[in-house]
Amino acid sequence: MARAVMYDNIRRAGTFLASSALALPLMAMVAPGARAEGMPQLDFGNPYVIGQVVWGAGIFLVLYLLLSRSALPKVEKVLSLRRQTIETDLGIAHKAKTRADEAVADLHEARRKALADAQANVDKVVEEARLAAARQTEEMNARLATEIQDAETRIAQARGQALASVREISTTTAETLIHQLSGIAAPADFVTAKVGSAAAARGL
Amino acid sequence: MAAGSSIDALGQFELHPVLGALGESLRFSQSPMMMIVAAVVVLAFLYVGMRPAAVVPGRLQSAAEMCYDFIHNMAVDTIGPEGRAFFPFVFTLFFFILAGNYLGLLPFSFAFTSHIAVTLALALMVFCLSIIVSLKVQGAKFFAHFMPVGAPKALAPLLIPIEILSFLSRPVSLSIRLFANMVAGHVMFDMFAAFTIMLAGLGFFGDIIAVGPVVINIALMALELLVGALQAYVFAILTCIYLREAVAH
Repeated sequence: MARAVMYDNIRRAGTFLASSALALPLMAMVAPGARAEGMPQLDFGNPYVIGQVVWGAGIFLVLYLLLSRSALPKVEKVLSLRRQTIETDLGIAHKAKTRADEAVADLHEARRKALADAQANVDKVVEEARLAAARQTEEMNARLATEIQDAETRIAQARGQALASVREISTTTAETLIHQLSGIAAPADFVTAKVGSAAAARGL
Repeated sequence: MAAGSSIDALGQFELHPVLGALGESLRFSQSPMMMIVAAVVVLAFLYVGMRPAAVVPGRLQSAAEMCYDFIHNMAVDTIGPEGRAFFPFVFTLFFFILAGNYLGLLPFSFAFTSHIAVTLALALMVFCLSIIVSLKVQGAKFFAHFMPVGAPKALAPLLIPIEILSFLSRPVSLSIRLFANMVAGHVMFDMFAAFTIMLAGLGFFGDIIAVGPVVINIALMALELLVGALQAYVFAILTCIYLREAVAH
C-alpha cells in the first residue's frame, strides 16, 4: 500500500518534471518561425499581457456576481417552481387515485352488501314462502282431519241410525213374514224380543 | 499569416489595443474585449433563455436548464453536498472558458484562452481558492496530507517534497493544458490556411491541391469544437476535484 503510494507519487513527480521541461520547447516548435521570444503569449514585458489579466479578473468577478446573484437563481427558481408544480400535481393525482380507489372499494362494498341484502331478502322470502306453505299445508291437513273426523262422525251416526233401524225393519219384516206364512199375527213383543236376541247374537 | 515563404502562425496571438487611445491608456486589448463578449454571451444565453420561465420549457430555455443541471450535477456529484456553495463559481469558470474557446474559433476573433497569462491566472485562482477552503475546513490538518497515510516515516524526507511538488504542479498543469491545446489548434488552423494560400499561388495544379488544407481545416474545426468543450470540462472537473479534497475532513 505504502509502496504503491510512493511509486504513484514518484510517477506523478516524474510526469510533472518531464511535462514542465518539455511543454514550452514543444509549444515553441509547433510552427515554423515560432521562437521562444517570438511567442506573444510569453512576452510578459508587453503591458497588454498583464493588462488582460487585470481586465480578466474584473470581468470574471462581474460575471461571477451576475451569475451567482441574478442569472443562476433565476434558473433555480424556475426549476424549483417546476419541481413544486410536478410534486403538487403528483400529490393531486395521488389524492385523486386514493379517492378513486376508495370509491371503487366503496362500490365493491356496496355491491357486496347489496348482494348480501338481496340474498338475505331472497332467503327471507323463500323462508316465508316455505313457512306459509307449511302453515297452509298444516291448516289444510288440520281442516282435512277435521272434515274426516266430521265425516267419520256422520258415518258413525248414519251407521248407528242404520243399525238402529235394522231391528225395527227386521221386526217389521219378521211380523210380515210370520203373518204371510202362517196367517197368524205374532205378538209384537214376542217378535221384537226374538229379533233383539238374534241381533245381539250377531253384534248389531 | 504568410509572409513570402514563411508562415507567421503566432502573429494571431499578438495583443493590440482596441478603442484607440482610450484602449491604449487602459491597456484594453482584443483579449479583454473578447472576455466581455464571452461574459455577455453567457449572460444573454441565460437571461434570454430563461425569460419565458415556463414550466414546459422551449428549446432555448431547455438548453439553459440543461447547462445549469450539467454543472450543478458535476459540482454536487464531485464535491459532495458542499458543492452547492461552489456551483456558481464552477459554472462561471466552465462557461467563461467554453465561451472563450468557442468565440476564438470565429473568423477575425481572438481566443483569450490561448494566452498563458489568462489560463495561469484562472488556474491560480482555483489553486488559491482550494488552499483557502482547505485551511478553513481542515485547519492545520491540511498539511498532514503531504505525508501519505501508512507510508513509512523514514520515507518522509522523500515523500513530502514529492507531495508538495505534486500539489504545486496543479496550477501549472491546469493552465498549460488549456493554453497548449488552444495554441496548438489555432496554430494548425493558421498553418493550413497559409498552405492553401501558398498552394493557390502555384497555378492550376496548386489550386487543386489547395483544396486539401481547406478540407483539413474543416476537420480541424470539428476537432477544435470538441477540444474547446473538453478543455473547459477538464478545467471545471479538476476544479471540482481540488475543491472536494479541500472540503474533505
